[in-house]
Amino acid sequence: MSIKRGKFIRLTLSYLILLVAIAIVLYPILWVIGSSLNPGTSLTSSSIIPKNATIIHYKELFEKTPYVTWYWNTVKISVSTMVLAVIFIGLTGYAFSRYRFLGRKNGLLLFLVLQMVPQFVAVLALYILASLVGLLDSHFGLILVYVGGLIPMNTWLAKGYFDTIPKELDESARIDGAGHFRIFWQIILPLAKPILAVIALFSFITPFADFILASTLLQSDETKTLAVGLFSLVSNEYENAFTIFAAGSVLIAIPIGLLFLSFQRYFVSGLTAGGTKG
Amino acid sequence: MHLYIPNIRVVLERGQAYIMEALAQNKKHRKTATILSIIPGLGQLYNRQKLKGVLFLLLAVSYFVVFSDLLNIGLWGFFTLGTELPRDHSIFLLVEGIIAFIVIAIGIGFYLFNLIDAFKNGRKRDEGFALNSIKEQYHSVIDKGFPYLLVGPGFFLLIFVVVLPILFMLFLAFTNYDLYHSPPAKLVDWVGIENFTDIFTLEIWRDTFFSVFAWTIVWTFTATTLQIAIGIFLAVILNQKDLKFKGFIRTLLILPWAVPAFVSILVFAGMFNDSFGAINNDILAFFGIGPIPWLTDPMWTKVAVIFIQTWLGFPFVMAMTTGVLQSIPEELYEAATVDGATIMQKFKSITFPVIMAATAPILITQYTFNFNNFNVIYLFNEGKPAVSGQSAGGTDILISWIYSLTLKSAQYSKAAAITVLLSLIIIVVALINFRRTKAFKDEGM
Repeated sequence: MSIKRGKFIRLTLSYLILLVAIAIVLYPILWVIGSSLNPGTSLTSSSIIPKNATIIHYKELFEKTPYVTWYWNTVKISVSTMVLAVIFIGLTGYAFSRYRFLGRKNGLLLFLVLQMVPQFVAVLALYILASLVGLLDSHFGLILVYVGGLIPMNTWLAKGYFDTIPKELDESARIDGAGHFRIFWQIILPLAKPILAVIALFSFITPFADFILASTLLQSDETKTLAVGLFSLVSNEYENAFTIFAAGSVLIAIPIGLLFLSFQRYFVSGLTAGGTKG
Repeated sequence: MHLYIPNIRVVLERGQAYIMEALAQNKKHRKTATILSIIPGLGQLYNRQKLKGVLFLLLAVSYFVVFSDLLNIGLWGFFTLGTELPRDHSIFLLVEGIIAFIVIAIGIGFYLFNLIDAFKNGRKRDEGFALNSIKEQYHSVIDKGFPYLLVGPGFFLLIFVVVLPILFMLFLAFTNYDLYHSPPAKLVDWVGIENFTDIFTLEIWRDTFFSVFAWTIVWTFTATTLQIAIGIFLAVILNQKDLKFKGFIRTLLILPWAVPAFVSILVFAGMFNDSFGAINNDILAFFGIGPIPWLTDPMWTKVAVIFIQTWLGFPFVMAMTTGVLQSIPEELYEAATVDGATIMQKFKSITFPVIMAATAPILITQYTFNFNNFNVIYLFNEGKPAVSGQSAGGTDILISWIYSLTLKSAQYSKAAAITVLLSLIIIVVALINFRRTKAFKDEGM
């Protein structure tokens, strides 16, 4: 009897705690959805259950603000960053894993130190350098910065994975007469797909998560990314645009959230591999 | 592993001694080739590797032809930072100087390679081996060059967008670059460690630095520990066998991680608004609590950012811990139950140690992440509210303070000096952490 009661208490308590946690997690999300459907324009009129729900703010978002441009900019930057990062990181990771060459160890050590210092601490230097070479306010410059910043940590991640692919595979291919490039392209790459997928995800999400680099390097309204643009919607530039901002938030949160949830296990595996393997 | 090393060494030493003995009479070629290689290529020509020799000679000549101007102006500019206005732009000169140093480093690398190559091939001749023919040389270049070809593009990019900015930042910390010493109107000068002494001796800088630093530490520890504790706690609760709807609840709880953080933070900034926000007007009012000055009182803003970071950060810890928990064999708990262990005892002696063993290095990276968590601090309230007697806001951490110093008050050199201090802290912590991780040991670093 007491075992049964103990179990009942334990489960009830667990459900109660989880219920509170879910409420705290969901409240802001539901609140912003509610706000985006509210008829008013300012924070004052925001509420979680709107009285006269309207989708006018979504219309205003497209008509009155450069939201679509921001979205397009971000997607463009994300996809370019992802493609370039996967190519560069795949190549460097493979070289560090499979070849023994002069400078290999120092190179790995350099990457290890560089991944410790977050790239944006040099934000001032990047700003000045970009203005020197005329890459200020250009997406190309920002993409290069993102890709460069992704290289150190993810090279270690890729190298760790390449290390687990048996060397006998390349050796037998070499005996069969395959060249360096062919071994990489036809033997190793197909086997390395999981880690390349993780790196692709990390790279794709980077421009969506970054504020500091984008806000420093991008100046004009038309070049902004979503993070910078959305921030300008709630800061001074567009007074009293809270509900429009809410609509903009919902339209980012839903697709990115879904994308994230479907790939969530890759994020966990990638981050844990990155932490324990270097 | 330890047993092997002396064995290999013994074998090597014996082999070496044998070769040395057999060839002691003849070291001529290696000496001559190395000495001739003081001018790159000559040693290779002496070794009768014509193609390589000519190539090296050409490379050496073109290096000086192409880079002589850059090296000349770069080094001069680096040391003087310009002497004459409006001709000289100090910051341009500093950047050119750093690039000159990088070019010199590459040059030295090539030069050493040339010497070693001449020595090795000379030794081969001394020992009576045939040298590679042109065809073999070609294959050897392909084989040896392939990894450089792979690493090259990424490394090049890394040098220019990561290494160069970091070096630039480092040097900037020793100049007087600020609003009043700003090219092209003014020259910038080297000032030694003045920026650092200012930060530690001038009252306004010292007070601000230490109060920001103290808050950065408090923030890092409180926010990270909370997110880890809550993440582990919820993972353990969710892992109970007899709980229903596990998958569904887990998905709901992971949502804060799924939504891009900047969106959530900006939404929270609206919710925490002093006069119109939902927290004051709906939730606290519902419980009969008066409005709290979330954005204007430093203490309450700190509470708010810690809450927000906990909200943002616990799902990752929860997801990771869940993976670890599922790998703990059920028998362990059953055995503990038979021995009469309570739930708390099981957690303390089984669950917690296993989680820590599996995830400690990653949890430590969570601390370093929050140490530099610019987004939460800046997007929530831009580091505000303002505090009298210091140049940083009440919730500014080091990184957001650096950002404001740079972009709002143009205190470039001071910001650079603080960045150097901040990087030192991160590197020390990270090195301690990474020295214990597996990859580090694998590579024998």
